[in-house]
Amino acid sequence: MIPGAFDYHRPATIEDAVTLLASLGEEASILAGGHSLIPLMKTRLASPDHLVDLSGIGNLKGITVAGGDIVIGAMTTQFELIASEDLARHIPIIAETSRLIADPQIRYKGTFGGNVANGDPGNDMPALMMALGATYRVHGPDGGRDVAAREFYHGAYYTALEHGEILTSVRIPVPPAGHGYAYEKLKRKVGDYATAAAAVVITMAGGTCTSASIGLTNVSETPLWASEASALLVGTRLDKPSVDAALAAAEAITNPASDMRGPAEYRTKMAGIMLRRALERARSRTEA
Amino acid sequence: MNDQTRIDQDRAERTEKLQGMGCKRKRVEDIRFTQGKGSYVDDLKLPGMLFGDFVRSPHAHARIKSIDTSRAKALPGVIAVLTAADLKPLGLHYMPTLAGDVQAVLAEEKVLFQNQEVAFVIAVDRYIASDATELVDVEYEALPCIVDPFKSMLPDAPILREDIQDKMTGAHGPRKHPNHIFEWMIGDKEATDAVFANADVTIKEMLVDHRTHPSPLETCQSVASFDKVKGELTLWGTFQAPHVIRTVVSLISGLPEHKIHVIAPDIGGGFGNKVGAYAGYVCSVVGSIVLGVPVKWVEDRMENLSTTSFARDYHMTTELAATKEGKILAMRVHVLADHGAFDACADPSKWPAGFMNICTGSYDIPVAHLAVDGVYTNKASGGVAYRCSFRVTEAVFAIERAVELLAHKLGMDAAELRIKNFIKAEQFPYQSALGWEYDSGDYHTAMKKAMDTIGYKELREEQARKREAFTRGETRELMGIGISFFTEIVGAGPAKNCDILGIAMFDSAEIRIHPTGSVIARMGTKSQGQGHETTYAQIIATEIGIPADDIMIEEGNTDTAPYGLGTYGSRSTPVAGAATAVAARKIKAKAQMIAAHMLEVHEGDLEWDVDRFRVKGLPEKFKTMKEIAWAAYNSPPPNMEPGLEAVNYYEPPNMTYPFGAYFCVMDIDVDTGVAKTRRFYALDDCGTRINPMIIEGQVHGGLTEAFACAMGQEIRYDEQGNVMGASFMDFFLPTAVETPHWETDHTVTPSPHHPIGAKGVGESPHVGGVPCFSNAVNDAYAFLGAGHIQMPHDAWRLWKVGEKLNLHQ
Ligand SMILES: Cc1cc2nc3c(=O)[nH]c(=O)nc-3n(C[C@H](O)[C@H](O)[C@H](O)COP(=O)(O)OP(=O)(O)OC[C@H]3O[C@@H](n4cnc5c(N)ncnc54)[C@H](O)[C@@H]3O)c2cc1C
Repeated sequence: MIPGAFDYHRPATIEDAVTLLASLGEEASILAGGHSLIPLMKTRLASPDHLVDLSGIGNLKGITVAGGDIVIGAMTTQFELIASEDLARHIPIIAETSRLIADPQIRYKGTFGGNVANGDPGNDMPALMMALGATYRVHGPDGGRDVAAREFYHGAYYTALEHGEILTSVRIPVPPAGHGYAYEKLKRKVGDYATAAAAVVITMAGGTCTSASIGLTNVSETPLWASEASALLVGTRLDKPSVDAALAAAEAITNPASDMRGPAEYRTKMAGIMLRRALERARSRTEA
Repeated sequence: MNDQTRIDQDRAERTEKLQGMGCKRKRVEDIRFTQGKGSYVDDLKLPGMLFGDFVRSPHAHARIKSIDTSRAKALPGVIAVLTAADLKPLGLHYMPTLAGDVQAVLAEEKVLFQNQEVAFVIAVDRYIASDATELVDVEYEALPCIVDPFKSMLPDAPILREDIQDKMTGAHGPRKHPNHIFEWMIGDKEATDAVFANADVTIKEMLVDHRTHPSPLETCQSVASFDKVKGELTLWGTFQAPHVIRTVVSLISGLPEHKIHVIAPDIGGGFGNKVGAYAGYVCSVVGSIVLGVPVKWVEDRMENLSTTSFARDYHMTTELAATKEGKILAMRVHVLADHGAFDACADPSKWPAGFMNICTGSYDIPVAHLAVDGVYTNKASGGVAYRCSFRVTEAVFAIERAVELLAHKLGMDAAELRIKNFIKAEQFPYQSALGWEYDSGDYHTAMKKAMDTIGYKELREEQARKREAFTRGETRELMGIGISFFTEIVGAGPAKNCDILGIAMFDSAEIRIHPTGSVIARMGTKSQGQGHETTYAQIIATEIGIPADDIMIEEGNTDTAPYGLGTYGSRSTPVAGAATAVAARKIKAKAQMIAAHMLEVHEGDLEWDVDRFRVKGLPEKFKTMKEIAWAAYNSPPPNMEPGLEAVNYYEPPNMTYPFGAYFCVMDIDVDTGVAKTRRFYALDDCGTRINPMIIEGQVHGGLTEAFACAMGQEIRYDEQGNVMGASFMDFFLPTAVETPHWETDHTVTPSPHHPIGAKGVGESPHVGGVPCFSNAVNDAYAFLGAGHIQMPHDAWRLWKVGEKLNLHQ
């Protein structure tokens, strides 16, 4: 529980941070809230020689409504996601999910950007971002680029980020008014990562599902967007056979590890159960 | 107001001012604990202090081919690296265990469990020490390992303990196999077997009380400081039994005991974890003796969970024989005890399986037999009493699960079966079939009160409805009702059967009244959060009439405290609490003589009145304790020694036997396996109640740990002997969110042999709680034919039960 030695840097601008990361090379890590990185350092699973702390960069924080989208700065804390009135009004599933992350102390420090950039399939935000069709804004030595959340996650701790790139913000299209949503997470205790979790965003018209998007947390090497399961629901009345079919399709794409949360087969089944419950709750919330 | 009322009122006011026994005095220690102002071992900073850290084995079983410390020693800031080769010439590469075995301090030829200590790096700071552990190059040759204790004694099992391979007689008799530690038997085998052969009904089940860990929030730690000039060693550490540690250090280091000063400062929880002696203590001592400067060792969380003292790991084949009507006739138990790589159980020396023979429980079982085989495996050593007296949680789990299984087989209500078999109030003192003499109890009264309060009948009716609804497919929830009626055995113990390394298990109190009437009292026990500073003062306050606020309680410094055996096994109140009362009474007797002299009457003409002696029939003629204290130093009676102090070493005539009736109502979601405790009711009878608030706090804490153990807490190993989940991410330590609401209640059946009738309560809730939770879970599934469901009852395991029973769509 004692980390190795490292140097600490606190640049004041994104440009400085990018330059610093380029000059320090592979042994430098970005530090945001530290609540994923520092535990890894304490167990020496990570031993970066340099930490580049983003907390000195002023314009990385904040939640803004921009047309039909909401843009969230990477250094916005998980607590701020819960406190935001704009998010509550437009994308309430973000606060619902945030409340299920870790515990209050961690959420005061842990950032939204760190949660999505970390690449741990246990993080709750990534599957939600995939379900919501979010786009990540990334800055590197060659300037800025956008990456779709659904294209971002390649493996455990392996993402589309190149070394030296910083995720600066996330743009999320606001779902239609009256949409239904739910994030269902099964965990062993407060502060635990999901045994399995499901994010659901749906719209209904006249009792028929007009759109559906499903994300799954911690049941594979990466967060999952269950596109096939989502598609199976559209046009149905969310009757039992349709939901069963979607569940089967969702379970089919899971590939969880067996760990202390339970064996793989359990976690797959729990992904299905969480999805069923999330669908029920999402549907009850639709205003159509 | 008439005279009598005025007298009564005055007496009540004076009594209240004392804050003596029976009142909810606030915990005096909490002022510092809740403000972060406690002073723990890791708070110690001594000039020139160095820091130690361990190189640990990645293997569960491997031969050490070589250890190269040169790279570590070359790191700036590293002062020394100790290996077994350094300790061997001092005879310190092994240390004795409390169970009569030896335990490696630093591994010499082999490592026997993952994370075993291999080398100790000493450096100028904690970070460098940790860095240097990565620079010690150890070459291992992996060996096949034993994780399953049932494989330990197979003919072709790898021999684990080569150091004692040829010693076929251990501390507790002959060994049947090189991986066998002991066989311990008690009871009448022939008579028991005969009853089983002819019984109407029998049940037999393998009940596993799985391996877990006490996990106090403060890990184990020590600071050793050797003064080369005086030849004296001061050792601060997380010690539940500081005096025993001093004796052990003296015996293994050869330093004279009077030159060893052991100090246990504030301790952040023990629960049995801090009874034993650990490699870290020894290495900090050796480091300081060799280097002449203080050396600190602080265990991290993973080290704590994976190396120092596991608990449980008892595999209990449990049988009951009964009549058709449900009268239990006999009990037969065989335990396979997994002790890990060394037998480092913290039990009284003659009790290799602790007090497992309390397993006949609260029932009048005429005949019984218990056999325990201890075996070695490639796991961490320990087997400590985790918030219980020695192996009592295991014993109570066995009997309380067994009676439920019997009730199920008989088609009888589990509460009714218990009541039918209870030892009756008039049978006390009761001689159990396995050798204990229960001091006092009134089980029927307690059970009735509990059942009435919880509304047992209504709960069973609700359960019947729920079961029908479940069968009809109207709900996916199962309701379980858990019962546990436990009898503990605590307060070790009488010298005739209890000692630790030959030292009888007495305990002690020394009380000094100062001239101004304030008091310092010291005990041989050591609080780890139990509130001793509060409760011992209450005993003294009531006994000698000095306000508890004027009494300071001090423990943990072996130079000043009288010798005692420490705090574990709920022994502080039964043993040191008794010593405190007896010492106080000695003072009171002397005070009476002084008062008689002051009042110029005969001693026999005086009577005690809350905080004073007064002349019988002349209530206005009195001397308060405060006045008497002054006189003791100022004008004692002729021929009397001045001063007012006393010491008592109390050797208890018997153990105490607290008991209780617990009920749990649980709702289980069969689709996820998630269990929710709807209600938990705990009725405790711990005899005389010193501080009801502290009792309640102890019950809350013990129940929470019971909840943890039953519902998910475990130390698991994979087949290669890798320890799994040894961090708080996985190891289940419930937070306030998961912890159920506790309803507490009590009856009072004083111990007849204890000076104040108190029995001890710190561990009852744990002991009684574990089977209660497990019974609730088992009860939920019983009507579906689940059979016995092993702990821990975490969600995935319960989901598996549902799978097996085809409950999932
Ligand atoms: C006890 C505990 C329980 C937890 N439980 C949960 C949980 O239930 N659900 C959950 O989702 N999370 C959980 N977490 C993790 C927590 O949410 C973290 O805060 C989050 O994963 C990482 O955010 P951070 O700001 O702390 O990032 P850091 O720890 O500082 O960084 C994490 C990683 O992301 C990289 N990084 C951070 N910011 C950026 C950026 N802007 N651009 C590029 N790379 C970046 C870092 O280099 C690092 O590799 C838990 C943490 C703890 C300690």
